[in-house]
Formats: sequence, structure tokens, C-alpha cells
Amino acid sequence: MVAPAHMNAEDAVDRLLAALPESDAAGRARFVELGFPTPRDEDWRFTPVKPITELNFSAAPVDADATLEGCVFAAIDGPQLVFVNGHYSEALSQVGELPAGVEVRPMSAGDCPAPPAPEDAFGALNAATVTDGPFISVADNVHFESPVRVYYLSTGSNGATVNVRGYIRAEVNSQVTVLESWTGKQAGCFNNAITELHAADNAQVEHVKFQDEHTGAFHVGGLHTALGRDARVAHHSLALGGRIARNNLRAHLNGTGIEAVLNGLYLPRAGQLIDHHMVVNHAQPHCDSHEYFNGILDDDSRAVFHGRIHVHKGADKTDAKQTNKNLLLSDSATIDTKPQLEIYADDVKCTHGATIGQMNAEQIFYLRARGLDEESARRMIMHAFAGEIVERIQCEAAREELDRLVWDRLEQMGGHVAA
Amino acid sequence: MLEIKNLQAGVEGKAILKGIDLSINAGEVHAIMGPNGSGKSTLAQVLAGREGYEITDGSVRYNGEDLLDLGPEERVREGFFLAFQYPVEIPGVNTTYFLRAAVNALREHRGEAELSAVEFLKLMREKIQLLELDESLLKRSVNEGFSGGEKKRAEILQMALLDPKFAVLDETDSGLDIDALKVVAGGVNHLKHADNAQLVITHYQRLLDYIVPDHVHVLVDGRIVKSGPKELALELEERGYDWVIEEQAA
Repeated sequence: MVAPAHMNAEDAVDRLLAALPESDAAGRARFVELGFPTPRDEDWRFTPVKPITELNFSAAPVDADATLEGCVFAAIDGPQLVFVNGHYSEALSQVGELPAGVEVRPMSAGDCPAPPAPEDAFGALNAATVTDGPFISVADNVHFESPVRVYYLSTGSNGATVNVRGYIRAEVNSQVTVLESWTGKQAGCFNNAITELHAADNAQVEHVKFQDEHTGAFHVGGLHTALGRDARVAHHSLALGGRIARNNLRAHLNGTGIEAVLNGLYLPRAGQLIDHHMVVNHAQPHCDSHEYFNGILDDDSRAVFHGRIHVHKGADKTDAKQTNKNLLLSDSATIDTKPQLEIYADDVKCTHGATIGQMNAEQIFYLRARGLDEESARRMIMHAFAGEIVERIQCEAAREELDRLVWDRLEQMGGHVAA
Repeated sequence: MLEIKNLQAGVEGKAILKGIDLSINAGEVHAIMGPNGSGKSTLAQVLAGREGYEITDGSVRYNGEDLLDLGPEERVREGFFLAFQYPVEIPGVNTTYFLRAAVNALREHRGEAELSAVEFLKLMREKIQLLELDESLLKRSVNEGFSGGEKKRAEILQMALLDPKFAVLDETDSGLDIDALKVVAGGVNHLKHADNAQLVITHYQRLLDYIVPDHVHVLVDGRIVKSGPKELALELEERGYDWVIEEQAA
């Protein structure tokens, strides 16, 4: 295998714009203006983008040979949208008959709402060059029981770049579940995605993002949620793949009585870096937001957790709880964790905390003192650490499958017991 | 059943047990009492196989085998059990799942078939009544958020499920109110029969009103300085430990 030649990171913006078809002039101008973040940029301090900017960019091609073989959620009934290298695959997608008020289609097949204002170069790049993505909408009072599955397959390598944008809208009193799967078998491909999730008053949305691309792939994904009064929204991020995988989670709690759960598990190994960068804005009183992120890190992998809860003036009776727990299985694994609270309201209940540890020797001894061998004890604790996150997924079929999948992945991870 | 000879052990070069001799037969209950820092809990930990203790001399024979040669889990499979002074919380590990894994590890060792989830639940329902434990605890993570009394009762529940031949109870009475103490002691007594033995480590004589020992040993500075019948415990309660220490020095 020939190692890909490193390109000059300095002209990455120009090379990208030359390689990708243009869809939005304003986005293009904004992308040029912003430029890629540097390590001096606080939001990117622990995640260097150089491995991305050194890629030899090309537009990821239409690929009619891609299949869904080996993908998750195959046994779940409901509509599925499939995007291969950012292009809608009619052959692999199955939408079928939908109840009145439910719309599931590619963006390209109808009207597209305007993209959100880009917050950084990746957002601007996405706005400038987006090809397609899912459009999912559920009308007032419609409870759509079948989960909507969205598959993103990458088949490109060595700088093949994909820009996709998803849009999910749950109207007043509606309910929907969306299951996203991101997979790719090639190193070097670069997925840059933005997903918007709008939950109107009293809507209930569960959103699962399962990301398991090649350990040499690059992924930058933004999830922008805007929540209305009494909305109940849960987002679950299961981040397993990627040389660099960055998740920008932005939640805007714009009404009262909202319950938002951001729940994530990351399992980096061999040279991977997985980053969750989260900002939760409490703008109104009486809202609960809970952020739970657990990571199990092996080999020389890295993970980054940045969680900021911003309680705006007047957002009294906010109940915000944020935890980030990390289990390091190897001496050379690194975690940078930065939980933050910014509070401008008077009457709030906010907690945050982060833990970093190796396998707890006391717990292992306790399990051994009940007859379990050391290996089983270690597995049980690792599984528990991951299970804490997985068990919050409400969609039972997805939860059970992901639990098995995570278990299999943990079986492959090292797990050195601390003395 | 258990034969401890001149057991000497310590941590990081510091001697804690300085030559323990103790012989326990099937059907007997022994109590070890002693002031803080006398080595009571170290003895329990060493018997259970806790890493980090250096055994510098002596031996422990358990049913003719060298106990110190066995890993902690092997000891359990041979019928040894330690009820922890401070049961460990394990967030994320479901209590029922953990208990079933423990019971089945033991059954596998004995060449018995694994218990199914349903069979296990039946067995457990039987045992939790004995400890007057709320069934909802079993759905929670191991010891997580349990009250002090619940933790200790859960230890005895584990003992009931594993049905050991030789059990060490390390300050199982500490931190219990009198009602909880009665329940725990009742459970322990229920599990006592002619073929097994118990070693009760306690700081307070109070426990021995409910678990009646055949022999009482006084541990001071890493040595058993006095042994006697159950009445010795009452004497200790009344007079403290100083007279024993003085008697020994004389």
C-alpha cells in the first residue's frame, strides 16, 4: 500500500473548493473568510485538523456498487434512506407507504430549508458544497412509530470528500425516532455533515447516531437542535470509528419545560481521536438537560470531551447535569475533558463532573471474591461502563443491537488492569 | 477445616500480622475481637486473597490445601467467602446479573448445569426474604446507592446464594442499627450448619449477643493474645482491651 502523499495544509481551502462542485456562493465566501481552525482556536485546541487539511481532496464519486451488507438496524422495520458518498441511492433506499403527515425523502427531491448559519469552516464548507441528505418531517399530532433509518456509506478513500446535510422536523405533539448509521471501509475519506433537528412544542424525538467508519477515516459532524416548549429530545452518539471524528453538538432550549438528553459513548483505539464538543443553551425556565458521556480508550488513542452548559438570564429552575467518565485501558491513551458551566440565572440546579481512571482494582477484587475470574470481572466492568450509556436508548431493537455490537467491540479491546 | 500457622503479613515492608495461629473446625463459630489497628481486617483480606499484602511467613491450610496458593476466585470456588467490611459499588453492573454470574461460576466449577434466568430468580426470591431485602434492589447496580444496612444485608444475601463452607464476616455489624443487626445475624445463623464454619470479626461485643461464638480470640498488634469461651467477649466489653495487653506483657 502506498502512503498518501501529504498535501500542503496551507492551501486546503483552495484545493477543496477546486475539487468540489459549488452549491452555494455565500457559503463559499464564508469558508474562505473563516479558514480552517488552528490549535490556537480554543474550540479546536485538542483536535488538530492538520491530518484533514493535508488530504488530497476529491469529490467522492457516485458509486452504484455499494451495498448495505453488514450495516446495523437491518432487522428494523420502517423507511430507510441511503446516501452513498453523499449521493442519494434510490436502489438501496426503501421508503414505502407513509402515513399522512410523514415525509421521508432526500433533500434533492423537494424544497430544502436554508442551512443554519455556519459557525466554523466546516459548517461553511458544508453550506458551500453540500450534495444531498435526508429530509424527515412529521406533522402536528402524528406519532410515527416506525424508526426512520438513514445510512451514510462511504466508499471513497484518500481524500474523497463528502458534504451532506440532514434535516429533521417534528411538529407540535408529534413523535419520531431517527437512527443514523455512518460506515465506510476505506481509510482517508472525509465526511463533513450537518444535521438539523427541530422539535416543536411537546414533540418527542429520539435520534441515534452510530458512527463506525474506518479507523483511518475523517468525520466532522454537526448536530444542531432547536427545541420548543415541553419538547422531549434524546440524542445518542455511539462513536466507534475514524482517525479523527469530531461531533459538534449544539442544543438550543428555546421554550419552557423541555427535557433534553445528550448521551454518548466513544471507544477509540489504535491512533484514533474522537471528540465531542457540546454546547447546550438554556434560554427559558423550567428546562432539564442531562449530558452523559462515557469513553473507553485503548492503545495510543485520544478522546476529547468539551461540554458547555450555558444558562441564560431568566432561565430559572434550570436542572442541568453533565457527566463525563473515562476508562483508560492503556498507559498511552489520552483524554482531554473540559466540562463547563456558565450560569447567568439565579435559581438553578447545575452539576458537572468528569472522571478519568483505569480499571478499578477494588471492583475487580470484589468480583473475584465472588468467584468470577479476573478476565470475566474486567469484562463485566467494561461492559457496565458502556452499558450505562447504551441502556438509555429507548428504541428497543436499536438498543439491543447496539449493545451486542459494543460488547463485541469491547471484546477486541485490551483492558489492562491497574495494579 | 482452617489451620493458620504463624501467619505473618504486611504492606510495603510494614508488618501487620506478626504470627497468627488459629485452628477452626467444621461446625464451629469463632470470633475475633480487637482494638483498631490490631490487624483484624488485614487477616480477612489476606484470607480472601487481596493483592498488595506480602506474606512473609507462615501458612494457611484450608481442607488440607494451601489456601495462599489459590487466587481469590479459586478460594471462593472451594467454598471460602468473605463478607466485606466495605462492600464495593460497581455502577452499571446489574445486581441480579452479577449474582447469577457468581452463582453460575461456582456451579460450573462443581460440574453443575448453569441456572437459567428463571431458575435463578426463583432461588434469589427465596433468599432475599431471609434478609428482608427489597426486591427492587436487585434491579439496581451492585451496591450503588445502597444504604449502609442494605449493603451489609446484600453481602449476606451473596453468602446465602454461594452457601460457603467457610465464611469470614469482616465487621458486618459495623454501622448497623439494632433491627438491621438482628436481620443480618438471623441470616448468618440460618446459614450455619454442622458442616461449615464461620469466622466473625467484630469491633463490638453487641454482635455476639446474636451470633454466639464457640471461641473468642483477642487480636492485639498482629497477634492473638488471648482465646477463650464466649464469656470472654463479655469480659472484654466490660473491661476493655488494656487488661489483656497488660496480662500478656506480664
